[in-house]
Amino acid sequence: MIEIAVSKRLHTAEGPMDLLFNGIIGKGEFITLFGPSGAGKTTLLRMVAGLTLPDAGAIVVNGQAWFDSTRRINLSPRQRSIGMVFQDYALFPNLTVAENIGIALPKEKRSTIVSELLEVAGLQELAGRKPDKLSGGQRQRVALARALALKPAILLLDEPLSALDLQMRLKLQDELLYLHQRYQPTTLLVSHDLSEVFRLSRRVFVLDRGEVTRSGSPTEVFSQSKISNKFRFNGEVVHIKPSGVVYIVHVLVGQDVVQVIASEQERASLTVGKRVLIASKAFNPLIMTLEE
Amino acid sequence: MNPDFIQTMILTFQVAGITTIILLVLGIPLSYWLAYTRNRGKAVVETLVSMPLVLPPTVLGFYLLVFFSPVNPVGGWLDSWFNLRLVFSFEGVIVGSVLFSLPFMIHPLQSGFAAIPPNLREAAATLGISRVKTLFTILLPNMKPGILAGCVLSFAHTVGEFGVVLMVGGNIPGETRMASIAIYDRVEALDYSTAHQYAFVLFAITFATLLLVYIVNRRFARMELA
Repeated sequence: MIEIAVSKRLHTAEGPMDLLFNGIIGKGEFITLFGPSGAGKTTLLRMVAGLTLPDAGAIVVNGQAWFDSTRRINLSPRQRSIGMVFQDYALFPNLTVAENIGIALPKEKRSTIVSELLEVAGLQELAGRKPDKLSGGQRQRVALARALALKPAILLLDEPLSALDLQMRLKLQDELLYLHQRYQPTTLLVSHDLSEVFRLSRRVFVLDRGEVTRSGSPTEVFSQSKISNKFRFNGEVVHIKPSGVVYIVHVLVGQDVVQVIASEQERASLTVGKRVLIASKAFNPLIMTLEE
Repeated sequence: MNPDFIQTMILTFQVAGITTIILLVLGIPLSYWLAYTRNRGKAVVETLVSMPLVLPPTVLGFYLLVFFSPVNPVGGWLDSWFNLRLVFSFEGVIVGSVLFSLPFMIHPLQSGFAAIPPNLREAAATLGISRVKTLFTILLPNMKPGILAGCVLSFAHTVGEFGVVLMVGGNIPGETRMASIAIYDRVEALDYSTAHQYAFVLFAITFATLLLVYIVNRRFARMELA
């Protein structure tokens, strides 16, 4: 069990901000910290790792104090049982995949653990390669395998999938779930991707400007605000063309251009480049699977 | 070839080689500290390290001469306890060269340490890897161009130094007479052909070593891009 109760004053571009966090994480749980960038998620993760010093509070892991401001305890990262995956992976460029994974292991156990992790992560073929010869997804797997090698009390993942494309992200989410089931590490994941939060974690803490605004299961937390029973998308008008008595308006939503029919009256307020909202009630849209 | 010439050239490279090795051993911990410390004393240490770049070599040589003279307490203590006399001796030339070439080793190493992404050190820390192991297995192997540049520059600079050696070491054949001093000595004796021999060899060696550094560094840069 991990008990975290910390505070720290952060100096951000918009002035000082107080980061406050109180939470208890059960053994083997998969928790996400969700929130916009600058909310303090990564700082919180770094405080658990011992890379950033909290101003006050305590971090107690399985009964052992890692940090306690009143008792002046602060274990260095080297003394904490953690596995961390950095946003840009931080693989050691001079070492091969196998060496990266095994670097922290005692010699006598190294080869067994490394070969098991290579197999689980599907990296056997790449064991002798250097990180600069790997793709983004492969690097991510190596970083994860390296973090798991020491069987840490807590696994810290700092937006590990944010640099990957959607397909690779989905694939690695599955792998992450599989690894979590297999090794059961207590996991703290930082993410700003809602779908990731839903797929991976049972519990989520929403951070905004340094404070936990909501927490609970993803469905509880997001069902009222973020997910509505309507489709609503923001877009930008890119083209308007008349078609008989109506107009066809082309709207750019994300990466896709959608066509919407507008009446003469509606068209009057639209110009190319205007930001618009496209909404639809729950009972009329069609739902189809996407080809992958 | 003239045996004096060969003796002087061998001595010059001995001094440069030993100085470079000592500087590398001293330079790694010192530049590590300078690159990563948040200590306020850093600016003072950095200034002291860089002083030889702007200080006239004769100033440094003069103080070393006074400081290590057997009549001075420090020089006397070294002389009586270790039988080590650092003025007008080979050892004295080494000490003077180490101090005088210090910035040429420290600066490339310090930039090398500073250029390593901080999260590599953090990753090593989260994996429980000790600082010493991190230094030798992760930091140093990722800053080879800096180490090479530091060694070559220190070596070349020691080969070419004049003022400190002249002040501390003098002009004793086979003991403290280095090539740059031999040039001066030969010109004073109006022996221009020997002076030219020394000068040309120094010129050629300096050119070749620097060329090697640039070629090797380009290869490193290409390897990193690949």
